[in-house]
Amino acid sequence: MARSEIADATVADSRPTRWRSIVTDWASDQRAFKQVSWGKAMMWIFLLSDTFIFSCFLLSYMTVRMSTTVEWPNPSEVFALHLFGRNIPLILIAIMTFVLITSSGTMAMAVNFAYRRDRRKTAILMLVTALLGAAFVGMQAFEWTKLIEEGVRPWENPWGAPQFGSTFFMITGFHGTHVTFGVIFLLIVARKVWRGDFDTGRRGFFTSRSGNYETVEITGLYWHFVDLVWVFIFAFFYLW
Amino acid sequence: MVDAVIGPEPVPPAEVAEVELYHPHSWITRYVFSQDAKVIAIQYSLTAMAIGLVALVLSWLMRWQLAFPGTLSFIDPSQYLQYITMHGMIMVVYLLTALFLGGFGNYLIPLMLGARDMAFPYLNMLSYWIYLLAVLVLVSSFFVPGGPTGAGWTLYPPQAILQGTPGYEMGIILMLTSLIIFIIGFTMGGLNYVVTVLQGRARGMTLMRMPLTVWGIFTATVLALLAFPALFVGAVMMLFDRVLGTSFFMPSLVSMGEQLQYGGGSPILFQHLFWFFGHPEVYIVALPAFGIVSDLISTHARRNIFGYRMMVWAIVAIGVLSFVVWAHHMYVSGMNPWFGFFFATTTLIIAIPTAIKVYNWVLTLWRGDIHLTIPMLFALAFIVTFVNGGLTGLFLGNVVVDVPLSDTMFVVAHFHMVMGVAPIFVIFGALYHWYPKVTGRMLNEGLGQLHFWITFLGAYAIFFPMHYLGLLGVPRRYHEMGSTSFVPESAQSLNVFITVAALIVGAVQLVFLFNLIWSLRYGRESGGNPWRATTLEWQTPETPPPHGNWGKELPVVYRWAYDYNVPGAKEDFLPQNRPPETSPA
Repeated sequence: MARSEIADATVADSRPTRWRSIVTDWASDQRAFKQVSWGKAMMWIFLLSDTFIFSCFLLSYMTVRMSTTVEWPNPSEVFALHLFGRNIPLILIAIMTFVLITSSGTMAMAVNFAYRRDRRKTAILMLVTALLGAAFVGMQAFEWTKLIEEGVRPWENPWGAPQFGSTFFMITGFHGTHVTFGVIFLLIVARKVWRGDFDTGRRGFFTSRSGNYETVEITGLYWHFVDLVWVFIFAFFYLW
Repeated sequence: MVDAVIGPEPVPPAEVAEVELYHPHSWITRYVFSQDAKVIAIQYSLTAMAIGLVALVLSWLMRWQLAFPGTLSFIDPSQYLQYITMHGMIMVVYLLTALFLGGFGNYLIPLMLGARDMAFPYLNMLSYWIYLLAVLVLVSSFFVPGGPTGAGWTLYPPQAILQGTPGYEMGIILMLTSLIIFIIGFTMGGLNYVVTVLQGRARGMTLMRMPLTVWGIFTATVLALLAFPALFVGAVMMLFDRVLGTSFFMPSLVSMGEQLQYGGGSPILFQHLFWFFGHPEVYIVALPAFGIVSDLISTHARRNIFGYRMMVWAIVAIGVLSFVVWAHHMYVSGMNPWFGFFFATTTLIIAIPTAIKVYNWVLTLWRGDIHLTIPMLFALAFIVTFVNGGLTGLFLGNVVVDVPLSDTMFVVAHFHMVMGVAPIFVIFGALYHWYPKVTGRMLNEGLGQLHFWITFLGAYAIFFPMHYLGLLGVPRRYHEMGSTSFVPESAQSLNVFITVAALIVGAVQLVFLFNLIWSLRYGRESGGNPWRATTLEWQTPETPPPHGNWGKELPVVYRWAYDYNVPGAKEDFLPQNRPPETSPA
């Protein structure tokens, strides 16, 4: 017998308690998160890292907004649209936010139908999500164009602190890029669902691995994250 | 360890559910665009060492200039600043980070955990090629008009992007671009390491049975995934300041008698972003070194690591604390002095888990059966050097002591000891230790002894006198001493001494490179487990391990990684996959 003390310690005696039991559960065999696939774990960790990127962007925006010596332009006036003969503040942003939040709803429905193996409805709902996302990016392009025509540049603008334009283009641009990538991924995954790749076990072009319907949910995680980030950008940039 | 054995009944071998390996079908997919973590590890390591050689040559040039100013006519003050900057950035990011995480991480994580490969081999492959692109962009800055940036590795704005700083034309743009690319590539690799450790372990491999090497690399990767975003954001914003003319970091400035277009930005914001990355970066380099050195000491002293649980918690605690100390790099930046008080406190708290680790290493050695192999020598050198660098860290962590020492050679000596020389020792030790697994042959012992003693003693000859120069008040980043009222002229002879030592130490690294290549062909055959070590990578059916690592069956883990000299056992080590003997009736 190699280590007699091991044999002496019965299972019941060595069962950990309190904090140690939490650690032991977490540290247990093979997987830390038992029901979580590799892909989903990766997405969560990526999103955590991405959260730090967006946090740094937003904190930097707050810092320069405080450090700048010129007055900050009034967002309700800057982001107003002249509709029906009067200025409506933040109307475009309100519509954009509505569209993006709605797309989170259609995405959630797509995930639901994916797990029911309803390929048709899943694919259609993902396409609707992608369409709403594309509409969001389109409206953002419209917003950029309008502001650029009014003389807003990353280095200057007609109304006050130059950091207004800098942070606006940088943060909305970085977020818009995220949405664009999301739309591309949605289209790719929707095509796979439509074609039945996840039933036939067809292998991916790049990774040469076969996917499964959880891919829809993982895409959804990313999509909801991008929406959530938008809520913070909306609150800190447009409402403040 | 109570939980060293799963239970009395043997556990059936188990395949990890999600493994679906890509099988290469040509030379190119096997060795160039390879998805095998081991090949990627070697690619990472070789690239990192190649770019590290550039940084080594730069350090020679700097030392030559300091000792014999004016003798190399092509080194002017701007050149000197460019060498400093590139040397620092290459060593910290492109050599140490890439070699520890991309190199050792890729090679050791799957093997030590009993996995067939990383969780996402394709992403892993992309990670390397993007890293290579980052390196190429960085190197290209040597060949553009104006040369590489000379802003110092900290790249502080506003000066980094203004006329007057060497390389402000193109160098700084390429540096920032290269960093952004590096971070994108690293993130791909980092996600792999974290997911593989958390979700891809072999049967029986609990987190609390992982070798400390994996713990170190894992925690460092988590730090990197959370710290690099700050650098990413800082780099993007500075790039915009330089290219688009925004003013994130740029206050109103008069340069060359002209009012610049900039205004209203916050230079100190960059320092916060940079050091929110920069301080965890120290531990991104140090934690893998801590882990690896624990395993080297345990294996070569034939003794179980002392206080394994404490070692794990110390790694985690250091990782957490490293995110709340960043502003101790900024005591002289003009931030609110109360911050200094807070950050000095958190900084000194880090000494506690770090000291726990040092004591545990020493207690592991205590009455151990110490084999003075080359890996062990380097591990011992690491402990000594790390303690040295750590002690000067206590000086610099205190605001009142730091302020007069700021920007002197004392700081240079401190961080070279603690995060330059010490981790490099571990890298050397680790290369001597794992080279047999990678190639199937031992590195030459005689050349190794030569390499070790000259590197070890030489490092002290270089950096000990630097502390003294710093206390005299010799500033860092100056291309020559000049004459002052407070530095005696004899300090220059110390500078010459340091330079001679540095050139010798640099030269002996070429002996090491020769050894790496020579032993590939002529080294003594090592067999599968030359060090008689317990961890899984030494238990592979073939050496070097083939694609998929384990042949038909994955190993099953029954015990922790440190069963050396277990009382009553026949051999002096029990591999992690050795089942317990059937219990007596």
